[in-house]
Amino acid sequence: MSGIAVPAAAGRLGQVTFRGIVRSEWVKLRTLRSTFLTLAGAMAAMVGFGLLVTSMTAHRWSGMDEAQRAATNPLAQSQIGFFIAQLAVGVLGVLVVSGEYSTGMIRATLSAVPDRLPVLWAKSAVFAVVTWLLMTAAALAAFLGGQAVLRSTGVGLSLGDPGVARAVLGNGLYLTVVGLFGVGLAGVLRNAAGAIACVFGVLLVLPELVKAFPKSLSEAVWPYLPSTAGRAVATVDAGPMALSPWAGFAVFCLYAGAALAAAAVVLKRRDA
Amino acid sequence: MIEARSLTKRYGAKTAVADLTFSVRPGVVTGFLGPNGSGKSTTMRMILGLDAPSSGCVTVNGKRYAAHAAPLREVGAMLEARAVHPGRSAFHHLLALAATTGIPRSRVEEVIDVAGLRKVARKRVGGFSLGMGQRLGIATALLGDPATVILDEPVNGLDPEGILWIRTLLKSLAAEGRTVLVSSHLMSEMALTAEHLIVIGRGRLIADAPVAEFTRSAARDVVFVRSAEAARLAALLAGPGVAVAPGERGGIDVTGLASERIGRIAAEHGIAVAELTPRQASLEEAFMELTRDAVEYQPTGRYAAGAAQEGRAA
Repeated sequence: MSGIAVPAAAGRLGQVTFRGIVRSEWVKLRTLRSTFLTLAGAMAAMVGFGLLVTSMTAHRWSGMDEAQRAATNPLAQSQIGFFIAQLAVGVLGVLVVSGEYSTGMIRATLSAVPDRLPVLWAKSAVFAVVTWLLMTAAALAAFLGGQAVLRSTGVGLSLGDPGVARAVLGNGLYLTVVGLFGVGLAGVLRNAAGAIACVFGVLLVLPELVKAFPKSLSEAVWPYLPSTAGRAVATVDAGPMALSPWAGFAVFCLYAGAALAAAAVVLKRRDA
Repeated sequence: MIEARSLTKRYGAKTAVADLTFSVRPGVVTGFLGPNGSGKSTTMRMILGLDAPSSGCVTVNGKRYAAHAAPLREVGAMLEARAVHPGRSAFHHLLALAATTGIPRSRVEEVIDVAGLRKVARKRVGGFSLGMGQRLGIATALLGDPATVILDEPVNGLDPEGILWIRTLLKSLAAEGRTVLVSSHLMSEMALTAEHLIVIGRGRLIADAPVAEFTRSAARDVVFVRSAEAARLAALLAGPGVAVAPGERGGIDVTGLASERIGRIAAEHGIAVAELTPRQASLEEAFMELTRDAVEYQPTGRYAAGAAQEGRAA
């Protein structure tokens, strides 16, 4: 019989390790085009919109009256791109999980790691580190660029000003947790469209609904909404109703943590 | 060695796999045969722990699959659909899976060569033909140099050269002492590849036997008889263990009687016989005979009878 020789790999195989799973998830993340498109898009939006809005302000500065000048928030203007960046990062968070289910890759993944849960933790960790590094860099670049543009107006800020460094770094943290919220919801729903609708329903639509509540209820709930709580760390002077920056961020992390915990339960319990 | 004991899987009210007990031994190719929807893929997913059994259990080399420390080393599998992200290259797909257990890059290159994917290894899988996809699935299965290989419908979409390659590969793997379980809905393919057969229909075990034995017991001799007085002859032939069914061109198919005996009965009653042909039922017919009641999607209505007849004539 003319056999086909399958080279043996004896002695070169180890056991499943968490380090191995992290490396595997890193390979998966960096080998898809959607990762580059969404992350590059998020960075471009952060820096681009920050420069655009601050440039418009610098251009109009001489024609603005005192009230308009007083209402100008140089930090917020330079970080305005987060509105778009959160869409990109949230979508990527969803896709890294839902992509496994929609393509059937999840069966190969879970055959390699039948314990299942380490896959979710490794995936979240790799995604969080990559997103945090890039979004922090983008927030810094947007801030430095934006303030340089505003220098002529005299209202430009520096990282040394009170709360500014925390808010800029906070924006990177906020965006990272938005993505993790997406990872968790996609793990629960296993479906990209549903998970994306949920992420942005909660972040963008829910506040609008709460505004329509009776005032007392609306004011009581408002600081604890994921979006308001999460933004507290990324702004200076978030308003009288807002939680303190780190308390707000902790609340936001609880939401993402709850989504990830639910994803873990579903991953362990349901057939793949 | 794969051992299933009373393996059962229910989805709501529907039972996909019912009380399945079998074992798959190393060193031979075991064919896992059944019509579409008979529970083959569900059983394979349960072996890999992807689906949890409703009751019963299945072990690989004495342990649940998930209990093995180096799972890719135990079982290499290719399941029905392409379990690959189409946006990734074949190389990166294999590299990502290899990384979990520290399988080195050189091993990834090895299985790419074994599966004949060298030329397309760096291309995105989304552009692969069905046959290329199957080859990638097989490369994935071989990645961990596993003691047990499980392939779901591996010849689907392959050209004749590819099919021959799979047959040779499966026999080589078995000859190396591995446990090899291959599913198919094609009896003819299994007859050429497998030494042992596990046949299921509607999730139930129908046969668990060496191929030769299965063929002997399942293939029954049929005699085709054509006569102007076919109906009268049919009535005369009737008896215990004898089945008469309408055949092609107005004739009848008789099972359970030798052609000599049919000829004598016809002569005794003065019935002129135009044609009397003993026919060995093919393996495919034997399989269809066995699983007829167990086919999930039966044709009904207008085309059902025609379809059954064609199946017989084929």
